[in-house]
This record gives sequence, C-alpha cells and structure tokens, in this order.
Amino acid sequence: MTRVPTVTLAHGGGGKAMKDLIHDVFVEAFDNPLLRPLEDQARFGMRELALLGDRLAFTTDSYVVDPLFFPGGDIGKLAVFGTVNDLAVGGAVPLYLSCAAILEEGLSVDLLRRVAQSMGAAARLAGVSIVTGDTKVVPRGACDKLFLCTSGVGVIRAGRELGASRARPGDKVLVNGLLGDHGAAILGARGDMQLESPIESDCAPLHGLIEAVLAAAPGTRALRDATRGGIATVLNEMAAASQVAISIDEAATPLRAEVKGFCEILGLDPLYLANEGKLVAIVPAAEAQAALAAMRAHQYGRDAAIIGEVFEGEKGRVTMQTVFGGTRIVDMLVGEQLPRIC
Amino acid sequence: MCLGIPGRIVQIDDAAKKLATVDVSGVRRQVNIACVVDEAHPVASCVGDWVLIHVGFAMSRIDEKEAALTLQILRELGEAQAELEAMRGSLPS
Amino acid sequence: MKYVDEFRDRAKALSLVAEIEQLVARIGRPLQIMEVCGGHTHSIFRYGLEGMLPKEIELVHGPGCPVCVLPMGRVDDCVAIANRPGMIFTTFGDAMRVPGSKKNLLQAKADGADVRMVYSPMDALGIARKNPDREVVFFGLGFETTMPSTALTILQAHAEGIQNFSIFCNHITIVPTMKAILDSQEMHLDGFLGPGHVSMVIGLDPYEFIASFYKMPMVVAGFEPLDILQSLWMVLRQIAEGRCEIENQYARVVADSGNAQALTAVGEVYELREHFEWRGLGSINKSGVKIRSKYAQHDAEAKYALPGVRIEDPKACQCGEVLKGLIRPAQCKVFGKSCTPETPLGALMVSSEGACAAYYQYGGGIKLNVRAAL
Repeated sequence: MTRVPTVTLAHGGGGKAMKDLIHDVFVEAFDNPLLRPLEDQARFGMRELALLGDRLAFTTDSYVVDPLFFPGGDIGKLAVFGTVNDLAVGGAVPLYLSCAAILEEGLSVDLLRRVAQSMGAAARLAGVSIVTGDTKVVPRGACDKLFLCTSGVGVIRAGRELGASRARPGDKVLVNGLLGDHGAAILGARGDMQLESPIESDCAPLHGLIEAVLAAAPGTRALRDATRGGIATVLNEMAAASQVAISIDEAATPLRAEVKGFCEILGLDPLYLANEGKLVAIVPAAEAQAALAAMRAHQYGRDAAIIGEVFEGEKGRVTMQTVFGGTRIVDMLVGEQLPRIC
Repeated sequence: MCLGIPGRIVQIDDAAKKLATVDVSGVRRQVNIACVVDEAHPVASCVGDWVLIHVGFAMSRIDEKEAALTLQILRELGEAQAELEAMRGSLPS
Repeated sequence: MKYVDEFRDRAKALSLVAEIEQLVARIGRPLQIMEVCGGHTHSIFRYGLEGMLPKEIELVHGPGCPVCVLPMGRVDDCVAIANRPGMIFTTFGDAMRVPGSKKNLLQAKADGADVRMVYSPMDALGIARKNPDREVVFFGLGFETTMPSTALTILQAHAEGIQNFSIFCNHITIVPTMKAILDSQEMHLDGFLGPGHVSMVIGLDPYEFIASFYKMPMVVAGFEPLDILQSLWMVLRQIAEGRCEIENQYARVVADSGNAQALTAVGEVYELREHFEWRGLGSINKSGVKIRSKYAQHDAEAKYALPGVRIEDPKACQCGEVLKGLIRPAQCKVFGKSCTPETPLGALMVSSEGACAAYYQYGGGIKLNVRAAL
C-alpha cells in the first residue's frame, strides 16, 4: 500500500482510498477484538455487562480543540479521556468508545496517524476499547483540520447513585488537584497572546481515582468533571440542581503559580478555566477526609483539597470567601472568558 | 483600562528596539521597556528590574523601598490596633 | 507573586478596617467616596471589600472604565472598518462585546470580518508586519495608562516605514471628566480614590485643582485590596483632620512626577480633541485625544471614510446617573431586567469593570454581609 501525504476528498468517497486510510490509520492504532470484524456496528454480550452492574451509562462529546497538539496532550487523548471521564463521573466503569472523525481536505496523514495512535494509547491506558467508528472528509475550509466525536458506554454498579441534585447542606466540596491548567495551556498554545509558560494540560482519565474515592467515601453525592466553564460552572450547576448554596474558600483552592500569573496577565479568572483531568466531588462531611485521602493517594489527585461546603442559603447561589476575607458571588459566565486589559 | 501587573525583566531581546522578556510567576512574554529606560538607567541595566506591565509595555519600575514602606505603615497600624485591643481587654468592662 | 500577594494579606486588612471604623465614628456622618477607576471597582467587588466597610461609607463607582464609556457610534465605526475588504481589525478582548447600534465586534467576526484579539498594540503591529498586503487597524482605547503603548507603537511603525498599520484612536483622558463630575451640581462627594495606573503616567500635578479649587481630598490608589483599604483610610484621615490634599498611596509604582518617557511619546503622537463623546455622560470638552497629522498614515480616522454617526444612548438606560453616583446600579430601572451581562443595554453592564456588571457578577446587587466572618 502506498502512503499518501495528505487527506483528499477521495478518502471520503467510500472506495478503496477510504478503506486504506481507515485501515492504515485507525484500525491499526485502535486494534481490539470487537473492532476487528469491521462490521457496521460493534457487538458485545449483555451477560458480561450485567456482571458489572445493573445500568448502562451512555455519553457523547465532540472535540474541536485548536491547536490539535498542545503541551500535555492532543485532540485524540482529549477525546478518549473526556469520554471516559463523562462516564466515570456517573459512577460507571467505562468500557467501549466510538470514534467519528471529520477530516478537512489537505490534512496531513502523518498528523492524523499521530492523533489516532494517541487515541489508541489513551484507550489502552484507560482500559477501554474503541470499537466502532466513522470517517468523513470535507472540503478545505468546511471544518478546521480535524474534528472528533466520541461516544462511550459504561456500566454502573448496582446501588451507586450519583447526581448533581443530591448535594445536601453540610456536605463538603472537593477537587482533585490544581485547577485551570488545561485552559491556560490551550490559550498559551494558540499563541495569540504570545505568552510562554511551562503549563501543561491536565488531561487524564479519572475513573481509577473515582473508584478509589467511592470505595473510601461510599456516601459520595455527586461528581462532575470541571471541563469547559471550569469549576465555577460545575458548582453553579450543582447548586442549582440541588437547590442549595455552595461556598468555597479562595485560599483553599489549588492553583499553580504559573496559572495565577497567566490569569493576572490576561485578566482571567481561573475558576472559569477549563480542566480535563479535574472533578468536583460533593461528599458528606463525615466521609470528606476519607475521600480526600483517597484522592491524594492517587496519581491524579495528589494536590486534592477540600475547597468548600454546601449550606442552606439562597438556592443555586455560589459564593467565595476571598483570600482577603470578603465574600463574592461566583456566577455562571455569560459567554467565553475574553482576555481583558482593564 | 488599568490592568497592570508586576513582572521581572529576565533578558534583553533587542536593545535597539527596547524589547525585553519579563517573567510573571513563571509565565514569560516579550514587552517594550522604552518607558523605564533613560540615560541614568540604560537598557542593559534593566535585567533583574521589577516593572509594572500594561498591554505589553513596562510602564513603571517598581520601587522596592516604597513598597516596603507601605507594608511597614500597614504593619505599624496592625501593632497599634493590637495595643489598643490589649488596653481595652485589660480594662474592666 | 511578589508585590501582589503581600498586598492581599487578610491580617493587615483587619487592622485597617478597624482604623477605618474609628475614623468614620470620629467623622460622624455618612460619606460618599468615589473610586474613579474601573480597575478599583473590579477589585472592590472581586475581594468583597464593600461588605467589610462600615455602613456609613458608600463607594461611588466612577467613570473610569474606557470600555464602558465608549459611545455606540464609535463601535459602529469599528464594525465599518472591520468590514472593509482585506482588513484585519485588531482589538483588546474587552472591546469585543461592547454593543454598537446594530452589532458588536464579536458579531461582526461571526459575520465574516477578520477581527482578532491581541494582548498588546505591539502584537497588532506584528500582524501588520507579517501581512504586508493587507491593512491592519488596531482599536486604540483606554485612558492615559494605555496611550503611551499605542503612541510608542505608532512611532515604531513610523520608524520602520510600515504603511499598512493604523490605529483607530479612542483614547480619553480622565482629568476633564473628574472636573465635569465635580462641576455637576447634582451630587455630593467627600473624596476620591485616584486612578493609580493613569497617575503612573501623568503624575500627581494634574489633580492639584481637585484639592486647591474643589477642596476635595484625593489619594492615588493601587489596585490590590490592601491598597484600596489603605487609600480609603488615608482619604478618611484627611476628612477627619480637615485636610484636602493629593496624596499618593501607590508610591511603589507612581512617581509624583509621572513617567517622562511615556509623556514624551504621548505628546509627540497625540493632541487634544476639542471634545469627545462619552457613553452615559455626553460630550466632554478636551476629554479625548487624536493622532497628530504628522502621523496621519497611521490614523485610521484619516485613512478611511467612517460613518461617524452619533447614536443616542438607549433611553431606558440610566448609566449616566450611575456614573455620576446619583443612583446605585441596582436602582436603575432596567438593571437585571432588560439589561444583563448577556444582553447589555447600558455601557456599565458591558465590561467586567463596569459598575453594573461587577454588581451583577460579584454582588448580584446585594450587599453581602461578611462582617461576621472577619
């Protein structure tokens, strides 16, 4: 088979060129028994699933990150871990992923291969299989280089009930580490602001950490990964869904010095920066220390902290005790956070 | 339009164009230092200076003595308050 | 961060607040202190300072947010420039959401204009250098703090002979506006927190009339929460002692004489306009600058035909009254109703430095009681 340097519209035609590309790039990188038959769908037995739990979890997400490669990750790794995390925060054991790729005509095949290999490696690391997929090619300009859509299936163990509406007054709010790294890494990598920093994306699969937390703190009420919109958005969602108030302590909120510097320069608020390996956990006070210890013992939770608590108060309201002793409201963002100079 | 933050000049990039790299908590960016150099303080002597940065320009050299003075006033205020509290505490209420 | 963290020290705040309480008790009447600069407004809300102060002190949020006071007609001009064929329009992120009469720059970008956010005017010049076959305009706005940066950028473009770079100048100056506020018969102020970063450029002399003619105390203040509390304490001390002076709390950054190099660059490139239109405040004499004809090649207003249409502020909006301190944001008829950060009607809801947006975002219009937490 001859290797072509760039993706052309021929690769989307459904013919031999497409088949070769899919095989050469994706099948090789994802290889697993469920994918191998290359049917139009992956087939897996229900009996094995039933052994793991009593409910399926099913999620989908799209990835359009620019640039495709950034410090600490790439769009492929992001897509796999993002979907794994969306399953895991529901208490599910993530099992099977799909991958649909939309390619812009002219995309380098080598680059695509690197992304696919990164996805394969991420899937193996997370212990999931990418079992079905789809590829489309669109004319130059119709998409930006490469978009990925991944869906995922997992199984929730019987008796596990996690949900944003389950927070109760007195519960503690935990995060599993330093916040805002991904958002800052992406903004930095885009280069528009011409900032150089050692900040890397925190992109990581969290299901292992979640299993450890749930074992240590079985009463855990809610988990949510703090991706777009940062922890501020997740906290607002949880406060609204549970009809409670949440207060966090600025001094307890873990932030890397570089992320602080980054935010000071651009006038951004780190609470709204995206994370790709961080979650917010709401845990009953009695189990909070156990949950914290479980997080800190895990490689993706070393800088975990209890950052606040749930209380009765104005329903849906999130506030922050500032380092200075004042209180401010932490509201939902209207749009995207834009760098500001005033 | 006033966002200004302190950073430290770590290297001169282009002496003629007065461009230097500043470091803010490990984040680096090139800035123009024309406003903080003069005959008494030429470009070459700027490395190590703390400056206030606004939209990519170093706008002021931060005066370490003045900063210390401000903090000292605050410290003294705190001590005066503590004494006052102590005096109040020792009075029969 | 050095020069930042030590000015966010809560322990020191407590003694300052205690001092402030004693001074307020000594003065024995309600006080209205205006923080002129939007950066101060932002810090006050960000750190929840209002809730730490005695109730006798009312902080009046002043007009010092250049994004907020930008009139709609000028945003329309920006959109017109951005829509020119082959144009790259560059701007600070702040200006992207400021409403024009039909659309803002974010919408213009969505409709196909090449609008790019930059951190520095220098970066806009860099874009011009890299795209010699395209015109590049930078949206220059801001007070005296920002003027030197655009002036130096124009001087650099001029020196390099870069023909395709110009600035749409909307720079404004704060001093005439403070005078206009003081001349307004409608309001009573007891003192000013002066704009720290403007002062680092212009120094203290331009404010002298505030103390000598208007008998008003003023303290040029830094932007960290301790700076603001200390400045407030200094203003109160002046009031208690019957003094009216221009004092400098922010001496680590502000030299009393300002910055000579910055002022030289500003004087070389800019000259005063007869008057300039402010959103919410109307036309104020000699409150804006324009690019001198010597640098017309780098003046977007001279280079391109602009609509230049004056657009009335929305009628329901009471930004002017808020800016002058006559009403508080939550007292405006449309606050939180038809005017929200999502759909800003008035200028003060647009920028995070705007008093209304800050109220909405950080305070929700309520005064949070945190004194118990101190």
